[in-house]
Amino acid sequence: MVVENNKTTLHYKFDVQGGDFTKAGDASSRVKKILQQIGAGPEIVRRVAIACYEAEMNVVIHAHRGTVALDADLARVTITVEDAGPGIEDIDQAMTPGFSTAPDSVREMGFGAGMGLPNMKNCSSELIIESQKGVGTTVRMIFDNA
Amino acid sequence: MQSNMSAEMRATENGLTLKQICKLLDGEIICREELADQDVQSACGCDLMSDVLAFTKPGSVLLTGLTNSQVIRTAEMLDLKAIVFVRSKRPDERTIKMAESLQLVLILSPYPLYESCGRLYTAGLGCCRKAENARAATL
Repeated sequence: MVVENNKTTLHYKFDVQGGDFTKAGDASSRVKKILQQIGAGPEIVRRVAIACYEAEMNVVIHAHRGTVALDADLARVTITVEDAGPGIEDIDQAMTPGFSTAPDSVREMGFGAGMGLPNMKNCSSELIIESQKGVGTTVRMIFDNA
Repeated sequence: MQSNMSAEMRATENGLTLKQICKLLDGEIICREELADQDVQSACGCDLMSDVLAFTKPGSVLLTGLTNSQVIRTAEMLDLKAIVFVRSKRPDERTIKMAESLQLVLILSPYPLYESCGRLYTAGLGCCRKAENARAATL
């Protein structure tokens, strides 16, 4: 917890291992529980949980490793997901519903529908994606407590 | 099938209970049976988890043929009440325990996905959102 300018912000960070489908979703589950424990409303909790889970799954499916960071105050929740991985070559294309670069093995698990990034955009108030090919991707999602 | 359905197996304004859903599907509850009196007002039949996250209403029942633990995580994120595994596909013990810790009811149905969905749809159980209303479905 950080207190700055009389404002209290909660901060948590979780590691995500690329390719580990047994643990995939653990970080998002913890984010959801933390938000419930601090009394966040069910609607914002659900939006954050869905978007965070999609972002975490992207790390597991596409990257080598990454982190999920939660920052929360009374006005907003911010989820920052950073990874070390192949990066996104064409972000606009990646945002197209139905577009996916997931391999067949992942599609057999029920992923790779190509709705991850569109879901993240629909759930958040603001979505910022930065990516460098061959290095990795950072996704930042802001959820206003409307 | 439709004409013989008794009134007790038709959805009311509260939807159907998980017990009624299990009966309609000739199913078996394998997890959290004590929570089977809960009402459910909508359902989704789908094997694509991101589609489930995009279109399924919170509190719904999910019908699927996938039995991996990510189905449980998807249900957790959406606050779903139950999952029906079709064609009697049984998830492993670790997955069942995860569902148990999340208070999710798990039902096995012997029918395939199409028929399972059809049985519930015919009983009047509601649907989830169409593609153009995906955002509303997440709330």
